[in-house]
Amino acid sequence: MTGTWIAVLATAGGCYALKLAGLTVPRRLLGNARMRRFAELVPVALLAALIAVQAATSGQSLVLDPARLAGLAAAVLALALRAPFLLVIVVAAGTAAGLRALGVA
Amino acid sequence: MADQPEQEAGPASPGSPLASPPPISSPKAGQPPAGSRPARAPQAGPSPAGPSPARPVRDGLVLGLAVGTSGLAFGAAAVGSGLSAWQACALSLLAYTGASQFALAAAVASGGGLIAGTAGAILLGSRNALYGLRLADLLGVRGGKRLLAAHGVTDETTAVALAQPGAAAAAAGFRATFASLYLTWNICTLAGALGAGRLGSPQSLGLDVVGPAAFLALIWPRLRAGRTERGVGLLGAAIAVGATPLLPAGMPVILAASAALAGTFAPPGHESA
Repeated sequence: MTGTWIAVLATAGGCYALKLAGLTVPRRLLGNARMRRFAELVPVALLAALIAVQAATSGQSLVLDPARLAGLAAAVLALALRAPFLLVIVVAAGTAAGLRALGVA
Repeated sequence: MADQPEQEAGPASPGSPLASPPPISSPKAGQPPAGSRPARAPQAGPSPAGPSPARPVRDGLVLGLAVGTSGLAFGAAAVGSGLSAWQACALSLLAYTGASQFALAAAVASGGGLIAGTAGAILLGSRNALYGLRLADLLGVRGGKRLLAAHGVTDETTAVALAQPGAAAAAAGFRATFASLYLTWNICTLAGALGAGRLGSPQSLGLDVVGPAAFLALIWPRLRAGRTERGVGLLGAAIAVGATPLLPAGMPVILAASAALAGTFAPPGHESA
């Protein structure tokens, strides 16, 4: 049990240190044009990866969950129609929930 | 967390704040800065298209509430893995980063080495360091505020902050998302650890789709803004999905950061409308 507590607190400390490290990176490092471009593009790469992983995987396997995919497709449609943010997520969640309630997916 | 009240007075925009391209995608982004401090036009004065801070705050509050419910799944998974309810809550309060928390719970459940499990969980937190590179400039926090803001660096706060058209709106969105998500995530962790997950699944409400749909909505303007952004997004998604069967959970997303590295070598100025 003590070992588990040490693991819990070490994980917490390590995760916090990483978050703080990113925020405290010296400004002159970000003054470099390529470094700035990397910092701009990294959230796009990571968030796009998260979207894909949350949409199409479960654990270490690729899954096709029709309700999840339909919800995401509805979000894409709403975005293409320039719907505001909250409407996009309501439409996405509502589509997935509706399909599951109907037992379709 | 950024004290730049001069932008708070921007007129309310009828359109979505997400519809305006983020300041950083200007063609100047690839040029070297003029001085020791990078010159950033959007911070020079109030943006005429700047929305009222009410919208990023509202969006952040709702996103935090919806995504925070996945704390139920974490609480249940943690206790199922052999962590105590206290340990599950300590992780949500102090580590406060979902991927690392799930990874540590899985390591405890496997009964394998806790040192390796801890190292793996911390490694998964490295994407927050990468977010910080961008947020440091955007939030402009110092001292104690920086120590507090650091705890709030997650996928959700980053996505909301980066989707805003100005630094003040970005800071307001960051704060609102952090507060809402932190409270919801921790309350739901406790509830999940105590067995509330059996009452009903957030999936039946479609809440598992909220995260990806929200992230998509938040990076949408950036994907529209430039060919390089679209390429980086597609490459990142492909890397992550392709690596999923091969790597432990969480690692494929980190590997996808290499897509951003590739994007830095794309010629600047390839922006399309």
